[in-house]
Amino acid sequence: MMQYGVVLFHTTSSVMRAEKLLIKEGYSIKLIPTPREFSSDCGIALRFEWAQQEQVKSLLSDAGVEIAAIHLMRKD
Amino acid sequence: MIYLDNAATSWPKPPEVLKAMTDVLERAGGNPGRSGHRLSIAAAREIYNVREDIARFFHVPDPLRVIFTSSATHAINLVLKGLLKPRDHVVTTSMEHNAVMRPLRNLERKGLRLSVVQCASDGSMDIRDVARAMNSATRLVVCTHASNVAGTLLPVAEIASIAHRAGALLMVDAAQTAGAIPIDMRAMGIDLLAFTGHKELQGPLGIGGLVIADNVDVSQIEPLMRGGTGSRSESEEQPDDLPDKFESGTANLAGIAGLGAGLKWIKDRGIGEIRKQMKKLSQTLIDGLSALPKVKLYGTLDPERSVAIVSFTVAGKRVSEIGLRLDEEYGVLSRVGLHCAPAAHKTIGSFPEGTVRLAPGVFTTINDIQEAIQAISKVVRS
Repeated sequence: MMQYGVVLFHTTSSVMRAEKLLIKEGYSIKLIPTPREFSSDCGIALRFEWAQQEQVKSLLSDAGVEIAAIHLMRKD
Repeated sequence: MIYLDNAATSWPKPPEVLKAMTDVLERAGGNPGRSGHRLSIAAAREIYNVREDIARFFHVPDPLRVIFTSSATHAINLVLKGLLKPRDHVVTTSMEHNAVMRPLRNLERKGLRLSVVQCASDGSMDIRDVARAMNSATRLVVCTHASNVAGTLLPVAEIASIAHRAGALLMVDAAQTAGAIPIDMRAMGIDLLAFTGHKELQGPLGIGGLVIADNVDVSQIEPLMRGGTGSRSESEEQPDDLPDKFESGTANLAGIAGLGAGLKWIKDRGIGEIRKQMKKLSQTLIDGLSALPKVKLYGTLDPERSVAIVSFTVAGKRVSEIGLRLDEEYGVLSRVGLHCAPAAHKTIGSFPEGTVRLAPGVFTTINDIQEAIQAISKVVRS
């Protein structure tokens, strides 16, 4: 079963930055409504393949994109 | 019809701008950043992309420091009311528009100390007067980049050095220059840039912005309005994140999309090319009007030192009568009176009557200018 991670952000602008950056680098990602169990910070979250967790994290932090949290989620 | 009121708002807008506005509402009409569905996300993307375009256009690295507002006036008020404390000292110029002057005069009544640098009658400034006006309490220097009455450009980069040496910030009102001449905030030392989208940037009315340079400590600026941002929704306090701190309420999506299309239009055409063309139109207008009897021109009369704005009066004729006759008899649209800038008219010597102002735009042709000169010549002689 494919495991997904979800990146939470404080602001929509950060989501937009992250999305552009990751798509440019060829990652398979999708913007989704923030799952309620995680946070209510920002309505949009970024879903990615959990196996790429480390790369995603370092790419965003190198680019100075502020993130609120990263969680593991299962697609059911 | 010959539209020469582009300093008030540019017209017509490039067709790409109108198309971008309707397109975005069809294609991406959700509330940006509020929901997680595709229309909301598409709207947020659209806005973010224009934020990046604006940051690149004015040479700031961080697109989150581009704050969208409803106008340049809104952006100027945001800084003046959010940054200044009652005992602060501010330096401004005698060529300012009321967008700067009125909020400053209001703050002055509440204890702000204000110095107004007197400019020359052609609208130009002796930079030494700015240095002399500075003191240890000077928090901010605010100046127009180019006068909306006489077109005269102020030496913004030199003003920035003086402001910075005194530990003050510089805010520039770029209402008449954004899109008309290249602005590199970093190279020029501009800390805060207020711009409007609906003049030379070719966007629609109702969109503008504030660009904040990297070195400005935004914790020192209080927001003008507080409210929903789509972020940190669990909190009843305004977030400190940019741009959300200063952007409460639903964004002007169509306006921002139109502004983005205007920027692209300018980039495709080349701002250097636009500037060259506008200088040529200006020169033709100045030459034509200078040859007319009883006509007095204001400003530097040098297109190198001004944007394409030409103000004039005619001995023995009211400006309102000239404006009306140009419109009704010749279809030449101008703006007469004080142009929301009483200080500037006092400086150039046209207060309280005002002037007739002609401002060509990117769609104005040399032929339009020649026809306008013919019309003015007939009005002057009869």
